[in-house]
Amino acid sequence: MEIGLAHYLTVSAILLTLGIFGIFLNRKNVIVILMSVELILLAVNINLIAFSAFLGNLVGQVFALFVLTVAAGEAAIGLAILVVYFRNRGTIAVEDIHHMKG
Amino acid sequence: MIISTIAFYLFAAMTIASAFMVIAAKNPVHSVLYLILAFFNSAALFVLLGAEFLAMILVVVYVGAVAVLFLFVVMMLDINFAELRQGFLQYLPIGGLVGIILLIELILVVSGWTLSPEALKLAAGAGPAVSNVTNTEQLGAIIYTDYAFLFQTAGMILLVAMIGAIVLTLRHRPGVRKQSVASQTGRRPEDSMAVRKVEPGQGV
Repeated sequence: MEIGLAHYLTVSAILLTLGIFGIFLNRKNVIVILMSVELILLAVNINLIAFSAFLGNLVGQVFALFVLTVAAGEAAIGLAILVVYFRNRGTIAVEDIHHMKG
Repeated sequence: MIISTIAFYLFAAMTIASAFMVIAAKNPVHSVLYLILAFFNSAALFVLLGAEFLAMILVVVYVGAVAVLFLFVVMMLDINFAELRQGFLQYLPIGGLVGIILLIELILVVSGWTLSPEALKLAAGAGPAVSNVTNTEQLGAIIYTDYAFLFQTAGMILLVAMIGAIVLTLRHRPGVRKQSVASQTGRRPEDSMAVRKVEPGQGV
């Protein structure tokens, strides 16, 4: 059986769903939420590269490269904020983070 | 052809299974390790799609940098993860509902969708055609010419992220003995030495 575009799109759809499911499931743990965001971005990358390969157009791969860059920056900044928050408050439970509510 | 089909199903199943374990594992360290497995298997999927350069970048950047960063943070912070997992089952129904609805929608979109032949022609004309040149060489040929501005912007984003992470986590602790080169080299003999006349039979 020939592997087509729809197969890759299905894999990426399942990955995206798992990422969103993970955000709902681990609502108290910021680290797992960040990992779920990484899964969602991975699903986006699979989508872009599958379209790029099946349409014979390299621009999709260039865009996937930029998505990868932004994802790496996001993870670094997010984890730095997490470390600073833990140093100041001693917890990373999501429901305790409401100091900017006013 | 049969081998590539088997490889696709193997890598896709491994990717999805490890992604599920990322969100379901009890221990966050295990979550990070499953995340690394998911990245490796999707890099293999990229290789099957002919995007070798991005596959290697995924392994180097994600597995080598991002996942190890996650691992460091998980191990560095002293957190009671069992406490954070309370209410896990409480969120299961609503999360499962949202996830299943989303998955059904996405699969309906994927299955009930076709490419128009005109779009295929347009897409083939928009970028460089896939030829015998290696994937890395093709990507380099368009990144450094057509997308040079975006490429430099990506570099700036990484620079800002790097400086931001350093500034956020750097702290000056008072009371720590550190070497101060400026005060060492700026020291004069008259600051630290004094010649005294000592009388016989007396101390200083």
